[in-house]
Amino acid sequence: MHLLPEDQSPWIPNRQAGVMSLLRPLLLDVVPTIQQTAALALGRLANYNDDLAEAVVKGDILPQLVYSLAEQNRFYKKAAAFVLRAVGKHSPQLAQAIVDCGALDTLVICLEDFDPGVKEAAAWALGYIARHNAELSQAVVDAGAVPLLVLCIQEPEVALKRIAASALSDISKHSPELAQTVVDAGAIAHLAQMILNPDAKLKRQILSALSQIAKHSVDLAEMVVEAEIFPVVLTCLKDKDEYVKKNASTLIREIAKHTPELSQLIVNAGGAAAVIDCIGSCKGNIRLPGIMMLGYVAAHSENLAMAVIISKGVPQLSLCLSEEPEDHIKAAAAWALGQIGRHTPEHARAVAVTNTLPVLLSLYMSTESSEDLQVKSKKAIKSILQKCTYLPALEPFLYDAPPNILKHVVGQFSKVLPHDSKARRLFVTSGGLKKVQEIKAEPGSLLQEYINSINNCYPEEIVRYYSPGYSETLLQRVDSYQPLAN
Amino acid sequence: MIGTFSYAKFLKFLYSVAEAERGWEKSGVNGKLTAPLDWLYGLVRLPGRRIVTPVVNQMREAMATLARLQARSKAVGQQYYFRNSVVDVFRKKENDAAVKIQSWFRGCRVRAYIRHLHRAAIIVQKWWRSYLSRQHYQLVVKLAYYTMKMNLYNEMAVRIQRRWRGYKIRKYCFDYFYLKEYLRAVTETNDAIRDALEEFAEMKEREEKKAALEREEKKRDYQARKMHYLLSTKQIPGIYNSPFRKDPDPWELRLQKAKPLTHQRPRVKQKHSISLTSWLACTSNRSFPRSEILPPINRKQCQGPFRDIAEVLEQRYKPLEPTLREAEPINELKEAREDLRRQEWIRNVNDNMFLPFSSYHKNEKYVPSMHSSSKYGPNSYGCQRFRDENPKKWICPKDFQTVLPSFDLFSKYGKLYSKAGQIV
Repeated sequence: MHLLPEDQSPWIPNRQAGVMSLLRPLLLDVVPTIQQTAALALGRLANYNDDLAEAVVKGDILPQLVYSLAEQNRFYKKAAAFVLRAVGKHSPQLAQAIVDCGALDTLVICLEDFDPGVKEAAAWALGYIARHNAELSQAVVDAGAVPLLVLCIQEPEVALKRIAASALSDISKHSPELAQTVVDAGAIAHLAQMILNPDAKLKRQILSALSQIAKHSVDLAEMVVEAEIFPVVLTCLKDKDEYVKKNASTLIREIAKHTPELSQLIVNAGGAAAVIDCIGSCKGNIRLPGIMMLGYVAAHSENLAMAVIISKGVPQLSLCLSEEPEDHIKAAAAWALGQIGRHTPEHARAVAVTNTLPVLLSLYMSTESSEDLQVKSKKAIKSILQKCTYLPALEPFLYDAPPNILKHVVGQFSKVLPHDSKARRLFVTSGGLKKVQEIKAEPGSLLQEYINSINNCYPEEIVRYYSPGYSETLLQRVDSYQPLAN
Repeated sequence: MIGTFSYAKFLKFLYSVAEAERGWEKSGVNGKLTAPLDWLYGLVRLPGRRIVTPVVNQMREAMATLARLQARSKAVGQQYYFRNSVVDVFRKKENDAAVKIQSWFRGCRVRAYIRHLHRAAIIVQKWWRSYLSRQHYQLVVKLAYYTMKMNLYNEMAVRIQRRWRGYKIRKYCFDYFYLKEYLRAVTETNDAIRDALEEFAEMKEREEKKAALEREEKKRDYQARKMHYLLSTKQIPGIYNSPFRKDPDPWELRLQKAKPLTHQRPRVKQKHSISLTSWLACTSNRSFPRSEILPPINRKQCQGPFRDIAEVLEQRYKPLEPTLREAEPINELKEAREDLRRQEWIRNVNDNMFLPFSSYHKNEKYVPSMHSSSKYGPNSYGCQRFRDENPKKWICPKDFQTVLPSFDLFSKYGKLYSKAGQIV
């Protein structure tokens, strides 16, 4: 019985009532092959649809399966574990039903079996059950699955390693206590060893497991780092498989986000450059963890932000910002650029030089961007502008910025212009002074103060020359002028 | 008053009285006439004092004067009144003048007194003020001195602190050169990592390419082995060795190198049941252990009718080669068929045979042509072959079974250890 095709779904509910009651007695048949085949059939039915899985549960089949799981041969065990996995993967309620009928202990016993296929099926079922929420994970851990899964990881079969790593990843992702349990079983050393394995799918699961462990707290992240994954993890960033790259950058991000010392460690190991290259070589959602990692590293301190800048991160990030179609990736890139540029004028200059500020402004002003993107780009613009003294980048802002940003821009000009004569000249020749005169501000507001301080840098004639309406006043003077009588 | 009494003074007094009296005669003052005389009398009557004769003479003179004066007393009265009335005219004026003079004088006197007081007060105040100011001045000086010292100390302290703070910031809090060094080191590490990763990626690519090439090679090799028959012979040039070409196609060389492919014999599947082959094969290693060391090459032949040691060892360690009769069970074919049927039953969704879609419309029954059919049923000439099954003619529904297996005659031919029957 192969998987039922999708277009036959209208008549499945009618079928299922009959099928379950037919299959159930077959599970108790004398011939072992029939038992195995019946179990396999149930598994495939439950795998397809969660209504069918519910029917399997309601048909009271699970206790029989669990009971005979302990005694039968390995084919039956594989088929029964397949049924449990197929039922447990759909929703937490179904998984809870599996736990309630005592399947966990039997599955854990299956994990100790000699046959790697049985172990794989049992580990897969446990992984799917633990995936849903923390209580189910805790139930799986309480059944004593974790040490056996760690043993499974050390087995030579690649498929078994994959499944065991995925199960550990699903267990440890819910809470720090669960992750601590996994770490206490000694999983990190084995996971770290297997990063060098050439199989791509195995690497995906291993990196995912390590990142789920490291994300909860500083201690766990430090333990992961102590397993000497750097600089080996950086080679995973160059892998052919996209998801290996994604999971590797997720792992680095989860480590970097906790403390400045961990970020420093990563930067010292050359991680920043590797991540930047990785961002350059992929597209879409794969880039997102790498972009966030750069943002976290730069957010910790200005030295780290400078390190990101000299690793040539800013051109890459601005490229991401302009060419990615999706809003959430753009928002992440905008946030990261804001974190880099907000520390000191040198940082802001490094960001402004790459011409990202107009892009950020257009994202903020565009009506098509999502709210999150608008908020993040506004914050980034504000934080960069407050430190930016690179005037050629600020000038375009005078023309198209909205008033709340214009205030900051004019403020920056008013800070820089009094001290730099060349900048003053450039400001005049580029038409900035003219634009500043045209800005209308309420007297007494901060904007007016800034405008006044700019006007004070220049002689009165120039200010008058550029103030709006000067030509009219001149013409009026012409009108009212009496030529000298000769 | 009664102390040392001086007669000279007393006489002077008497003379002054007399002159006064004379003056009084001129001026007409009356009232005090008797006073000196009384005094005199009182003095004369002083007890216990003897008066000296000059004094008595003077006293007599005085008495005479006194008598004279008493005689003129009446005229004095008149004269007195007259002189008073004459004088009265100028009295007011002279009084005023006297008052003015007196007032002016009094005024001058008072002013002088006040001036004197002023001067005194000024001196006192001057001294007092100078004392106070000197004290104050000392305080001010002390304060100024103290301030000056403190300023100096502050200045020095500021210098020290400036130096120390600069040093501390530059060395411990923000070491600019260390930062530059660190950033340079980071750049270097980044470049090194980038190079290493590039190398790694290149290596991976090379490996993949190599693996792909090897796969290609293997595929071509396999093809060459399959197409070995296309090799050119002496008589007939093969396809790839056309006489019109300058040099033969590379496939020709490949065909030459390839070994002709013979189809694989079906491998004997490992049975789950414990079979003869596996048991003996696995026991042979344990029960008849082979030594690691091979026997020496130039071992001398043992004397006697012994066989060659190599042959003996070969025979000794020969693995079991059961005959076909033992190796395969008697109903192996039947079991295989059952196995296949079971497998299919597990696997198939539908037990009906899957007919191709093209035969859906082929459910028409074949109507034979008139020529090949007669009224007694279809002619068996064109449509029934002698190999067709005719279930109606069968005597029983089951197939024939091989009861006795074939026996093998020549399976051990040439493989027996004994040399019986061999043609020498």
